[in-house]
Amino acid sequence: MGIDIKQLYKTFTLKELRKGMRVTGRRLFSRKITIMYPKEKTPKSPRFRGLHALRRYPNGEERCIACKLCEAVCPALAITIDSEERADGTRRTTRYDIDLFKCIYCGFCEEACPVDSIVMTDIHEFHMEEEHERWIDKQRLLEIGDQYETEIAAARKQDAPYR
Amino acid sequence: MREGFFHLTAWLPHGLQATLWIMLKIVAILAPLMLCVAYFTFAERKLIGYMQIRVGPNRVGPRGWLQPIADALKLMMKEIIIPNRSNKALFLIAPVLSITPALAAWAVIPFSDTLVLADIDASLLYILALTSMGVYGVIVAGWASNSKYAFLGAMRSAAQIVAYEIAMGFALVGVLMVAGSLNLREIVHGQAGSLFHWYWLPLLPLFLVYFISGVAETNRAPFDVAEGESEIVAGFHVEYSGMAFAVFFLAEYANMLLIAALTVIMFLGGWLPPFEVAPFTWIPPLLWFGIKTSLVAFFFLWFRATFPRYRYDQIMRLGWKVLIPITLVWIAVIGAGKFYTPFGAFFA
Repeated sequence: MGIDIKQLYKTFTLKELRKGMRVTGRRLFSRKITIMYPKEKTPKSPRFRGLHALRRYPNGEERCIACKLCEAVCPALAITIDSEERADGTRRTTRYDIDLFKCIYCGFCEEACPVDSIVMTDIHEFHMEEEHERWIDKQRLLEIGDQYETEIAAARKQDAPYR
Repeated sequence: MREGFFHLTAWLPHGLQATLWIMLKIVAILAPLMLCVAYFTFAERKLIGYMQIRVGPNRVGPRGWLQPIADALKLMMKEIIIPNRSNKALFLIAPVLSITPALAAWAVIPFSDTLVLADIDASLLYILALTSMGVYGVIVAGWASNSKYAFLGAMRSAAQIVAYEIAMGFALVGVLMVAGSLNLREIVHGQAGSLFHWYWLPLLPLFLVYFISGVAETNRAPFDVAEGESEIVAGFHVEYSGMAFAVFFLAEYANMLLIAALTVIMFLGGWLPPFEVAPFTWIPPLLWFGIKTSLVAFFFLWFRATFPRYRYDQIMRLGWKVLIPITLVWIAVIGAGKFYTPFGAFFA
């Protein structure tokens, strides 16, 4: 076992250590990439999967036809739907509940929907203060849909060529 | 200043007067030191942030400058939890044991030629004695907590500090041989001249060994096995909270500044300017001391941002089988060079 002069030289001049310190030393002066979150935000993809919403047709009629495909496809069993025949003979939901604690935000419900009714918006900054707020019902979902319809439609349109 | 104080408080009994004067001197050193320690933690978070291309804390006060104040307030408000099965007396004594030497050592540090609290002859010996005391705080804390993580941390820390204490001591023996004095002020005077008369040049290996051992001695990265988060949570101070934890924290940072100050005094010419010419001599000695100490302290943070933690056996190997032999060899070189070669002046 001979003595490796090169290795000894490297050890005693602390070569590797100085190399490492040069890297961090350079970074000390480089441009910082921090985003000041509440003031600045990173751009979101049109495919972003956030809070759910139920959409309407332009004439104000709700899209959902209570086919229950979303309920069936939901891997977390977060969706509960009851339905009935409305006076005009169409089938509609009487209940459309989503348990946000169960939901894993996979987006399968949106993919399963034949009428583009249930969608996932890009809202991700929401919170609950009371236990019961984890369930959002049909009325709340429609409200969210009404409020953000322009954004939802724009995002769908932007992503349409890839679907 | 002394006369003025004694004149002002002449109405007090003599003993009380002297006590007050001593207290005042202690406060005059400790208050700025604590402020430095507080902002050293801030500097650490900022610098490590910058080195990781982040901005670091910037929410409290303008650009985050009140962060250490907020941290201190938070720690003071928090409850000190004393574990049920711990040895309560020792549990509370441990933080005191660890911070006392870290602060007491500052008594003999010469901030400038005239600015030193206790100008004792064997101040180097005093420093060595006190810095060795710090390990008891760690051991006692680990033992008194009655927790396996704390105990493991204390064991690691004890072994590590004992190993590096020796290399550190030998490095100081080199300084002692060259300076011919144990008095820190005399040691600085021995380095008068310029940058190239400072002891870092003739004692280059010892300078590096001393600084590396200093990093190990203060349990800082890359020698921070005593609190290795990924292995033993927080090491010897897992069970500590609130102000009891803060005292350990202060001790660690005060120790770091102490090692930086000692490195400056022993190897980098203390308060002396790098050249004895016009623009350098304008800056007051106290400021030179501060600038140099901050520069050395900056390296502690730079190391932490750069190096991964040593494995335990690597620490032991480095301490016993690399650093101690290097110091021994260099002590022999100094001795031989000083007395048996024509280059004796180099080791002045």
